[in-house]
Amino acid sequence: MTAVEHRRVPPIAEMAMASMALVIIGGIFMASYIPRRPPLALPTVLLVASSAVMVSALLMLRRLKDFAWSTFYRVAKWALVAYLVSAGLIEFAFVKDQTRGGPLVVVTLMLLIFAVNVPLIIGFTTARFEDRLHIG
Amino acid sequence: MMTDTTHLDPSAVAPLDGVGSVVPSRPDIEIVPKRALPIAVLVILFLIVSIAGNWFWALDFFHVVGGGLWTGIDLFVGLVIGPILGRLSLSARAEFSARFMPKMVLIMPTLVMMTLASGFQLALKLGNLQPTNPNHGWLIASFVVVGIMATIALGILEPANIAVLWEMKKPHPDGQVIGRLMKRFVYTAGVTGIMQIATLVIMTRVTTQ
Repeated sequence: MTAVEHRRVPPIAEMAMASMALVIIGGIFMASYIPRRPPLALPTVLLVASSAVMVSALLMLRRLKDFAWSTFYRVAKWALVAYLVSAGLIEFAFVKDQTRGGPLVVVTLMLLIFAVNVPLIIGFTTARFEDRLHIG
Repeated sequence: MMTDTTHLDPSAVAPLDGVGSVVPSRPDIEIVPKRALPIAVLVILFLIVSIAGNWFWALDFFHVVGGGLWTGIDLFVGLVIGPILGRLSLSARAEFSARFMPKMVLIMPTLVMMTLASGFQLALKLGNLQPTNPNHGWLIASFVVVGIMATIALGILEPANIAVLWEMKKPHPDGQVIGRLMKRFVYTAGVTGIMQIATLVIMTRVTTQ
């Protein structure tokens, strides 16, 4: 195993996955209350925690040197389009089911985090192997 | 790992860096099969119209067909294709993946979207989400199972799938990278396949209460 194969990248994909898991937990919690109005305390805490983890992952990504940015943008751009459509469909279903006010705002922000995290993971996983430095 | 290339046109082989082996020339890999995109768009449009119009038959159709295919494909890939793929040579794996994985990029997200969106609307329409309904607890359990599967699929499986295809598109794909990512793909497909059994138990339970 060569030296370059030992080189590791920050846990950006893992953090984005954790961020996504937090909003999924929040989403399940809220969906379990439908058609009643869900309490917003726990989903809001999860949303804030998820945002913090996602922003940290994005900051770590921004600091990467020798990273295949063109590959990252090329892949993440199309993944973002696909997952915005997916998030839009879920948002449409919630609006159709009379979700309004605070719960709709929380759901919308959760979907936004979801729609950013998935392309981030896909783009990062693809680009990290582009220069063949990061096998670890 | 070496591949017998004696019957291959030397111009039709490409080296796999890192392992020193060669693979037959690969088909031109399309990460997203563009010809099939209109079908996926049509399915999603029909799904949106069905939700907007509260078409019970269409919602039921989407949920049963989408769920059946999603579960079946997940189980088949995870428990049948996966172990076979794991035992193939690197070149055979690469060739199979080049043809198989682009289809999965389009099929699986479309099936998942079909199943979940229609299922949620059906549950609402049938009153299964009411707290007093005997199916309420089972549905929450299914949300949890789907949530775990979604995290695994979107966080590990789908990125590995795209990264393998991306690597294969290169003039000199790295065999180590493909092998590593394929292993990740196969293991996670196995885990989601096993979790689908829980979904089958829950769904058959819900429809018979």
